This record gives sequence, structure tokens and C-alpha cells, in this order.
Amino acid sequence: MMTSHRTWDSDPVLSVEHLTMRFGGLVAVNDLSFSAGRGDITALIGPNGAGKTTVFNCITGFYKPTTGMMSMRPKDGALHLLERMPDFVVASKAKVARTFQNIRLFSGMTLLENLLVAQHNPLMIASGMTFLGVLGIGGYKAKEKAAIDRARYWLDKIGLTARADDPAGDLPYGAQRRLEIARAMCTGPDLLCLDEPAAGLNPRESAELNALLLSIRKDDGTSILLIEHDMSVVMGISDHVVVLEYGIKIADGTPTETRNDPRVIAAYLGVDDEDVEEIEQELDEAAGSEEGRA
Amino acid sequence: MNSAVKPSDKAAPDFGRALKDGVIIAIIAFALLGPLVGLKTDQNMANELILQNHLGLAAILSAVVGVGRFLLSAFVYPRIAARGNRSKAAATLAELEARARVTRGLSITGLIFLFVYPILIISLFGVQGSIKWVDNYGVQILIYVMLGWGLNIVIGLAGLLDLGYVAFYAVGAYSYALLAINFHLSFWVLLPVAGILAAFWGIILGFPVLRLRGDYLAIVTLAFGEIIRLVLINWKDFSGGSAGISSIPKVTMFGIYSFDVSAPNNFAKVFHLAASSAYYKVFLYYLILLLALLTAFITIRLRRLPIGRAWEALREDEVACRSLGINTTNTKLTAFAIGAMFGGFAGSFFAARQGFVSPESFIFMESAVIVAIVVLGGMGSMIGVALAAVAMVGGTELLRELDFLQVVFGKGFNPDQYRMLIFGLAMVGIMVWKPRGFVSARQPTAFLFKRKTVSGDLVKEGHG
Ligand SMILES: Nc1ncnc2c1ncn2[C@@H]1O[C@H](COP(=O)(O)OP(=O)(O)OP(=O)(O)O)[C@@H](O)[C@H]1O
Ligand SMILES: [Mg+2]
Repeated sequence: MMTSHRTWDSDPVLSVEHLTMRFGGLVAVNDLSFSAGRGDITALIGPNGAGKTTVFNCITGFYKPTTGMMSMRPKDGALHLLERMPDFVVASKAKVARTFQNIRLFSGMTLLENLLVAQHNPLMIASGMTFLGVLGIGGYKAKEKAAIDRARYWLDKIGLTARADDPAGDLPYGAQRRLEIARAMCTGPDLLCLDEPAAGLNPRESAELNALLLSIRKDDGTSILLIEHDMSVVMGISDHVVVLEYGIKIADGTPTETRNDPRVIAAYLGVDDEDVEEIEQELDEAAGSEEGRA
Repeated sequence: MNSAVKPSDKAAPDFGRALKDGVIIAIIAFALLGPLVGLKTDQNMANELILQNHLGLAAILSAVVGVGRFLLSAFVYPRIAARGNRSKAAATLAELEARARVTRGLSITGLIFLFVYPILIISLFGVQGSIKWVDNYGVQILIYVMLGWGLNIVIGLAGLLDLGYVAFYAVGAYSYALLAINFHLSFWVLLPVAGILAAFWGIILGFPVLRLRGDYLAIVTLAFGEIIRLVLINWKDFSGGSAGISSIPKVTMFGIYSFDVSAPNNFAKVFHLAASSAYYKVFLYYLILLLALLTAFITIRLRRLPIGRAWEALREDEVACRSLGINTTNTKLTAFAIGAMFGGFAGSFFAARQGFVSPESFIFMESAVIVAIVVLGGMGSMIGVALAAVAMVGGTELLRELDFLQVVFGKGFNPDQYRMLIFGLAMVGIMVWKPRGFVSARQPTAFLFKRKTVSGDLVKEGHG
């Protein structure tokens, strides 16, 4: 694993260079550089408030970064500079799809409708920018049928086909998370950004999610960038881990490398029991010498 | 209280408990009313302070209070509690489907009724007597149905609170009035022109305005509505100022028959009928009916196209829309423009029907009434909006008919003056009874196996 080729260096789908994001006096992300390899599952981890969601918001165009450059290379070989694009163009042109930390489904629309809205841009063209569609000419019906088939494919994949005609707001939490992933995938992305997809899932659902993400990578050739706190997901499926703390990158490498990095252990996984004892000893010694002097 | 309600919705009222409630309340009332009403200080002829005894009156009042409480406890409260329990348990799918079926049935019967309405009225009241019913009720209500349906695209589907809709109505009306008078173009040419001009104005106004959301959008659209009205008042050379524009040409029957009394091809003359304005009114009725149905037809089609789905998605969650690559600014603009276009159609019809337009017809109150119709009807529901228009416009017209109330309230009573009061009370009442409007459930635009109605509780109202 350690010696295996590092796709993120040789063939990155996304490269973030010197990204900084300030909110007034607060530096949420500080001079961050990292790459996500094509076909990799890249995990972005870090303690609460480390700036992970902010990085996502910069990549997907929801925030304009203070400084920095983000380049996206979809399969077609084009190069897109994400910091110059409005959010919806990042999704439609640069082919970056995302989910949200607090789920954002169209809760009053059915599962099928949610997945059809995700295919808006191609369907809009199929309906002759609405003009032909209103008149009922131009073969929109056939294109819509294809879009429904595609939605059906994703519903099958997330195991929610039977609930296709129910409103999304009626789904249990875990199913809503999966539907949000399916909706993002219906835009046909090259990079899928998932913000804490396993949050609030039970162990069984979490294992299902792992399987879903692996199959997305394998069957659809989509690279995945995910923020996660659940270590079973991070260590189980990711090829590459980037660790943030207070907006600064403190580690970057394979899961095994980062797991053994002392700074990561101290910052993110918590200080180990042995370390705690060591530190306590040191403190005791320091106190003792002070008493001696006095 | 609770124990009286719990057993079942249909359990017999608990009279024992209600009686106890009534007696206790009557005693409390007497304790309060005794000193307040029962004892009254007064001056006698000698300017001395005396105590008058009205304890009998206090007793009667207390009894009334007690009986009232008894009736409330026995009959009203259990029913309210039962209703609360029922609505708390979310409406089941079967209930929703049943309601949807009623709504569909209602639309079909309503449609048939609308087409035979003038015939029915003429056979009931004769040609001359039909004018009031066809014009004041039929045409007037249908104009508001059409405006409600137009605004429904903006508010009900896209979730953009537009308080200046009347501006586009004005653009349509003045477009027809000015172009017909100055260039002698016919209604049939100017109808699409008015719609396009209104849509064009919708885009021009929408571009800066639609960056705002929620309350800000509402306030700025309101201001734009007022600006258009003020321009019409002050730009006298162009619009005739507050005097307005009169002698606007009537609509012709596709240029074949005219409704001008002096014209050789006058409809009544050609068919050797007694001269009457009733024929024109019936013609206008069918014209606005068809225009309104055109609005409905196009809206229903648009909802099933990607653009309509994007409008509804926008109402549900704008951020999610952008993450899916939807250009939300353009999507909002199309909703604004298409809504404005139907407003423009209705405006040109209005100008042709009245033969006179002035800025007076386009005050903020008009926008408020149209918004009220959309909200009352249930945002997004076509049949709901139509019912609300009938209730609001038909209801206020009906107030003029209630002369018999003078018998109750005395000679000087004019029910029309209480219009706004009744209107407001009815609004409050309906918002308490049905906070999401008459028809709140949503019909999905596509389905895999079966079209299931979506409960209104899940549908969002949009936020700007
Ligand atoms: N729009 C904003 N305005 C001001 N401050 C912000 C904004 N968004 C994020 N922040 C701040 O930036 C810092 C990083 O927040 P961010 O949401 O990116 O953390 P995170 O790593 O996603 O945390 P969590 O694991 O809790 O989701 C926090 O201190 C947060 O308060
Ligand atoms: Mg976060």
C-alpha cells in the first residue's frame, strides 16, 4: 500500500493550490494545497470546525475563496478553474456534484422527481428550452423516458425503487442520505463531494454506504471526495486521506500513513493513553523541580 | 375536560361534567358580576349617594354565562379536541387520494358549468336581465381567476412572493389602449403584443429584483408596482395622467362582426336581434373563459416540463438547485416573465372590456387581492385558486345584493361599506381553519408506478 502509485500526484482529477478562505478575522482555511486522484476515494478529515465544509463550499463555488486556485480535470480532458465559476456552472460544466452536511432534498417532491430535477440541464435542451415542449413537438417524451430510466437505475442501486412515488420528506434519515447521493449522481459528475455521508447512520447502513460508494467508483468511474468522522468508512474505503486542523493541512497520504502520523493522533484521534501518562509525568517532574527551587 | 374527550370521537357528550363546569363558571361569574353589575352607586334628587340593587340582572347574566359554558363543554370543546386529534395524525394516503378525486370531479363539473353558465342565465333572466350576472359576476370573476393562475406560477410554483403583479396587468392594459387608439390595430393582434410587452417588463424588472430573497423581494416588487402606477399618473403626454384613456376600441368577433352600435356589421343587426349590450358581454365572457383556460392549460403543461419541475425545486430548496447545476436566476426570470405575460393578456382584455383605463385600476389593493386569492386557494393548486377567486370576488359582489340586511340593521345600512371588514374576517377565519389554503396537496409531475398525492405538510412555501 505504502509503495503503491499515488494517483493524486500522477493523475489528479482535482488540484487545490494555496486555498485560503477568511471570514472577517477568522481564517477558516489557511493556504491549503492537496489533490484528489482520478478514480480515488479521497477522505478529508479533521476535528469539528477544522474548515472541511468550507473547503467543499469553495470547491463547489458556494464561497468565493479569498485566494487560491482550484483546477478540475473532467474525463473529457478539459481544464476548469473552479474559483472563477459560479456555483451552478461548477456543477453543470466542471462536473462536480455534492451533497450537504444537513440533507437538502426537495422534500415535497417524490423520489423520482428529485432525480429528474438533477437531470434538468439535458432535459431542458431536450424540451427545446421549453418552447417545443409546450407545443408537444421535438421528441421530448422519449428523452424524458430515458431520464426516468436513469432515475430508476439509481433507485435500484440505493434500494428505494419501491418508494419511487413517495415524497422524499417521508423517507427515514438513512434513506434520505442515500437519495441525496443518488440525486448528485444523476447529474453525471466526474467528482462527487460528500459532506459527512455516514453521519447518523447505524453500523449496517454505514456498511451499505461503503458498498454504494465503492460501486459508484467502480461502475460509474466517478472519483469521490468525502468528509467523514466515521473512521470505519475512512479507513475502510478511502485510498487517500487529507487531515485538516484549524484550516491547516497537517497530514496527507495513504490511510495507513495518516493513521500512524503522531500529529494526526494528537490532533484528531485524540491524545493516546500512553501519551497522557507521559505528559502527566513531565508535568509532575516540572512541578517537583519548582518546589525544590522554592 | 380530557376524560370527556378521550373514549372516542363519537362518544356521547359528558353532560355531568359539563353541568358541573357550567355551575362553577356561573358561581364565579356571579361573584364577579355581583359587585360590578349588581351594585350600582348613583345620586338621588338630593344629591346623595345611594346604592342601587341590580342583583337580579347580575344573576341573569351569570346564568347566561353558565349556560354558555355548559354548551361549550358539552358540545363544542369535544368536537374541537376530536378535530385536533384527527389532523395531528398525518392525513393518510387514502384520505389524500379521496380528496384528490373530489378535486378532479369538481374541476370537470366546474368546467361544464362555466360553458353553459351564460345560456343558463339568459334562459333564467332573459337577454337584458343577464347582463349583470354575466358581466359583474362571470367576467369579473374570470379575470381574477386568470390573474390568480398567472400569479400562481410566480408565487405558488416558484415560491417568489411578488406583491407588484398588478404592474404587469397595467402594462397589458395600457399596451392595448395606446396601440389600439394610436395605430388602430385590432385586439387579436394586440393581445399577443400586450403579453410580450408585459413579459419583457417582467424580465427588465426581474433582473435586478430577483437577486433579493424573501421579504426584500416582496418589498421591492411592491415598490415596482407603485412606480409603474406613478409613472402612468405623471407622464401625462404618454398615458393621459390620472384622467386615463377613454374610448378604447371594443373587441371584434375576429373582424367579422363588430359590437359597435354604429358599425354596419354589428352583431345584433346582422342577426336581426334587438339591440342590446348583452351579446357583447356574453362574447367577452367566452373570451375571458378561453384566455383563463389557456393559462391553465399552459401552466399544467409547463409543470410537467423540466422548467416547471425546476420552479418547484426552487421553491423547495434553492441551494440544492444550484448544486445540481440549475441556473436559478434564469429559472426565476422565466417564472416572472411567464407570470407577467398572463397578467398582460388579462390586462389587454380588461382595457377592451372597460373601454377606459386609468391608474386608479392598478392600485396596490389589486395586487393584494390577487396574492390573497393565490394564498387562499393553496399555493400551486389551480382548482384551489379558482375557488378562492370565486369566493373573494364573487363574495364581495354578492355584498351589493344584501339589501335585506337593512331590515335588520336599519335603513342607513350599506353592506358594501363593510366589504373590507368582512373580507379581512373571512381571510383570518380561513387561515385559522385551513392555513395552507383550500387545496394544499400536491400532484407529482411524473411517476414510476402510481401517481400518489403528496400531503401539503411536506410541501414548502418558498422563501423568496
Ligand atoms: N459563512 C461563514 N461565515 C463565518 N464563519 C464561517 C462561515 N462558514 C464557516 N465559518 C467558520 O469557519 C470555521 C470552519 O467551519 P466548517 O463548517 O468548515 O467546519 P467543519 O470542518 O465542516 O466542521 P464540522 O465537522 O463541525 O462540520 C468555523 O469556525 C465556522 O464557524
Ligand atoms: Mg462541516
